[in-house]
Amino acid sequence: MAPKRPVSVDLIGRTVSELVGRASFGMPSGVVELYAAMREREKSETARHALGVLVENADIAAADRLPLCQDCGVAIVFCDIGQDVSLEGDHLHDAVDAGVRDAYQRLYLRKSVVGDPLVRKNTGTNTPCFLHTEIVPGDRIGITVYLKGGGSENMSFLKMFRPTATTEDIIDHIEACVIEAGPNPCPPLFLGVGIGGTADVALVNAKRAVLRGIGSRHANPSYADLERRILERLNATGVGPLGFGGASTAAAVYIKEAPTHIATLPVALNLNCHSLRYAEAVL
Amino acid sequence: MKWIHLATPLDEEAVRPLRAGDAVLFSGALYVARDRAHERLRGMIDNGEGLPFDPRGQVIYFMGPSPAPPGRAIGSAGPTTSYRMDPFTGTMCAAGIKGFIGKGKRSAEARAVMMEGGAVYFSSFGGAGAYLARRIVSSEVLAFAELGPEAVYRIEVVEFPAILINDIYGGDLYENELSKRR
Repeated sequence: MAPKRPVSVDLIGRTVSELVGRASFGMPSGVVELYAAMREREKSETARHALGVLVENADIAAADRLPLCQDCGVAIVFCDIGQDVSLEGDHLHDAVDAGVRDAYQRLYLRKSVVGDPLVRKNTGTNTPCFLHTEIVPGDRIGITVYLKGGGSENMSFLKMFRPTATTEDIIDHIEACVIEAGPNPCPPLFLGVGIGGTADVALVNAKRAVLRGIGSRHANPSYADLERRILERLNATGVGPLGFGGASTAAAVYIKEAPTHIATLPVALNLNCHSLRYAEAVL
Repeated sequence: MKWIHLATPLDEEAVRPLRAGDAVLFSGALYVARDRAHERLRGMIDNGEGLPFDPRGQVIYFMGPSPAPPGRAIGSAGPTTSYRMDPFTGTMCAAGIKGFIGKGKRSAEARAVMMEGGAVYFSSFGGAGAYLARRIVSSEVLAFAELGPEAVYRIEVVEFPAILINDIYGGDLYENELSKRR
């Protein structure tokens, strides 16, 4: 058996710190251009102005070195660890937390994590982060840092459909949820849809889905078509940018599907705000 | 965009002509408070204690800034979602608050108590924290410093932009826009 490739957990921590910085001050490439294009399609003056503000906000965040949003989010970290890697050092979660703590302190990011959900005392470090690890083939480690604000997280939805529900039922449900959420999650949305799995898997898939890449198409043409139909329906609701009315309710729809039980059809929705913040690295 | 300039504090005369959908630019002081601060302010009012500021005619901004980097008045400073402050709105209106700035929908109850109190509700540009920081010239913690981003701040703004969502006549921009599609 070939020897495992050693990777230091401290390096993973330092990488996480750098990724938090990258995600906090600028959106993935293509997002600003998307808003500029959506702005051209809007007829209402308020909608056009709102999209213009989002573009200007990204410029100012970079120029003034201020985070895109004052809600610098919780840090959700996906580590896809190759099974031919040997992790060297202390516990992985501690190292990742150290990276998050360092970034939030060093970069003047807002600390928004309370240690106990009922006692609600701020930990002052934005840790612990939410770490999802997966063991994958190979000898590399894929790290994605995804920052999610509380306002859009509060507009999350999970519905357990009957297995006989149609895609039209699912589209109707998604439309109703996005109208109900209205301005609250700061549209235009990047909508992640987790379909199938168990309830928990669908929710994590809805998170992972929005990280697929700006302008990417679903590999399965029928899901790609479903994404397009959902996007069209959402942009006909009238919610508009920041809920001020208009045709730019969603910027993109990303589905991540999973096998499921014969009795179940979970559909989980992640209504990510217009401030899509994630960054990736491979070690 | 046609902008209406508003100087704080607000009086009845300033609020009366405003209609849902109007775009406004605030100049003057805003008082910043979010979840935990509202809980404490209401506690102080219930116990008959004086508030850290005179609320009459003032505008509350639902916000929790990111830390100010050296040499800056404030960090990123966009609005937080307003419905979480709905349960406190009646108390705030009774204390004399005339305006609220946040983002997102208010409950029917909160809208009713605002109308009763002659107060209006604005949304600023959610998620545009860096953009809005440029309209804030100073910031000081007035109370509850131990709450960090949830403290009460007094900020001084120049041409701080917002859109009127709820006017004193029952108008609601969000509902108006949705009903156009039905």
